[in-house]
Amino acid sequence: MDLENQKRVKDFADKYGAENLVVIVGASEGEAAGLAAETVTAGDPTFAGPLTGVQLGLKAYHVVEPEFKAAVNEEVYEEQIGMMEMVLDTDDIISEMVSIRNEFCKF
Amino acid sequence: MTFPVIKGAGYALVHTPDMIIHNGTTQTTERIINPESEYLKKINNHLRSYEEVVKYIPNQVYIGNMKPSDLEGYEMPWFDKVGKTDERFGKFGEIMPQDEFTGLMKMSDVFDLVLLEKDYNDAVKAKLMVHPLFKEEAASMKDGVEIEEIEKAVADHAEGLYNNGTLIGCVKRAHDVDSNLTAHILFENLVVKASGVLAFNNLIEKNNINVEDIDYVIECSEEACGDMNQRGGGNFAKAIAESCNAVNATGSDTRGFCAAPIHALVQASALVQAGVYKNVVIAAGGASAKLGMNGKDHVKKEMPILEDVLGGFAILISENDGVNPQIRTDLVGRHTVGTGSSPQAVITALITDPLDKAGLKITDIDKYSVEMQNPDITKPAGAGNVPESNYKMIGALGVKRKDIERKELLNFVKKHGMNGWAPTQGHIPSGVPYLGFAMEDLTAGDFNKAMIVGKGSLFLGRMTNLFDGVSVILERNSGKTEEENTVSKEVVKNMIAEAMRGFASQMLGEE
Repeated sequence: MDLENQKRVKDFADKYGAENLVVIVGASEGEAAGLAAETVTAGDPTFAGPLTGVQLGLKAYHVVEPEFKAAVNEEVYEEQIGMMEMVLDTDDIISEMVSIRNEFCKF
Repeated sequence: MTFPVIKGAGYALVHTPDMIIHNGTTQTTERIINPESEYLKKINNHLRSYEEVVKYIPNQVYIGNMKPSDLEGYEMPWFDKVGKTDERFGKFGEIMPQDEFTGLMKMSDVFDLVLLEKDYNDAVKAKLMVHPLFKEEAASMKDGVEIEEIEKAVADHAEGLYNNGTLIGCVKRAHDVDSNLTAHILFENLVVKASGVLAFNNLIEKNNINVEDIDYVIECSEEACGDMNQRGGGNFAKAIAESCNAVNATGSDTRGFCAAPIHALVQASALVQAGVYKNVVIAAGGASAKLGMNGKDHVKKEMPILEDVLGGFAILISENDGVNPQIRTDLVGRHTVGTGSSPQAVITALITDPLDKAGLKITDIDKYSVEMQNPDITKPAGAGNVPESNYKMIGALGVKRKDIERKELLNFVKKHGMNGWAPTQGHIPSGVPYLGFAMEDLTAGDFNKAMIVGKGSLFLGRMTNLFDGVSVILERNSGKTEEENTVSKEVVKNMIAEAMRGFASQMLGEE
């Protein structure tokens, strides 16, 4: 996750409390999605940004996950995400996200 | 309507291994943030030689010795495979070595900012004097200077020029105080100018064009030249035209991030179709900042650093000649302020809106040329296969529109898409790499329609969060010119006279 976004997430967690945050990720591949999720849960695995060694343990979901899909308006989802659902390897993305949450999520 | 045509294409690559280390931002940033990093220590072991770069299959495709479809015959990764061609010069252009390019930078410099060490200068001058495009100009190249003068300049704000790890020259700053005339900026600007000159000269040479027929140049790279009072004043186009002896041309720079080449293509087409100019060249050189951008991932995966070339292109747009592919200026797609940012909205605006206007299905376009980044570079860096992702999105929209069935999606990608082959130099892979091949596919080949798509990430400039994109359809020339399609004035006059005679005799008859 780029350094500026790491800083923003950290600032929001400090300001609003980690338990009140959900991070929504939109990466196009499992590996990139998992990296973003790991950064906001276990800390920046590349040791480059403000979340290095910071274990926020936040709830992180990708837009193709059923939990997100169920939480939003069906028509809007279809319009905004419907096409990409056909393009992305959603199984790969979902399994990466689930595995990161199971290991590092604190909430 | 009489549409303008694509009349010629030129493409150039420059191998610049030392510039990766000294000018690529991934490396320069690393030196600031983490000077002891392992990555910086390992880079030298991951640089390819000029011979390897010439032989590299995607590079052979870029200069036209192989076709994009040839890439299907090679399993990825490509960097360790041997292709069927390995020539430095190609159908559309060439792959220039670094030393010759530093000489070209010096020849492109009209303010004595580029210094080359004298023995190195002589050697490079000798090489350029046997280069088919530069021999005359190289003959009048000034002598070099003592290395001490270069070392002193580098210690005092000049950007070093290196070859094989050795300091051989420098680019000086043009002003003591002006922050827009620093050596760093002048270096990058001379790089984009010189590589633009290389591509432009190749366009002229490979297409038998009379350079004096060019009346306008649009430069569409992503650099800015100016001084502290006008940071992006320009005008790279005019500078390149001058260096290439396009004596009857003027020009201007068009900026649009990576989408700029297609904006330039549309603008050039409009100028020609409206009769303002007859022959417009759109051209751009490469970006030294982008060299080795994904180097850390390449090194981590024990690969060579594949972003070791600058890219350049030059395309000629001219009046309809009844032969070359015509540019359908009435079928332009564009991402507007109101389009929205979802992939679906973007693809609809760029791809299906112009198709709908023409009553075409997604499958009526034989080939789409999108962001043709070489996946050999992007996949190991976690950035996926960019052309393939684009084709999947186009196909997916086709499925939603019921132009194709869900199960035909991957087949659509194969049939209407292409493997990527262009270096990740921003504007360079954006739609334009295919134009040279389109000239053949849409004339001697079997295709009838191609769509050229450019996209840009404007948010990087921090002025807008918006995305951008523009597209245009090319089609096989119908062979008819406007005259054959219209009725002449004489015929119309006769028809009116006939009708009036008939009316008059009717009136006389009634009296």
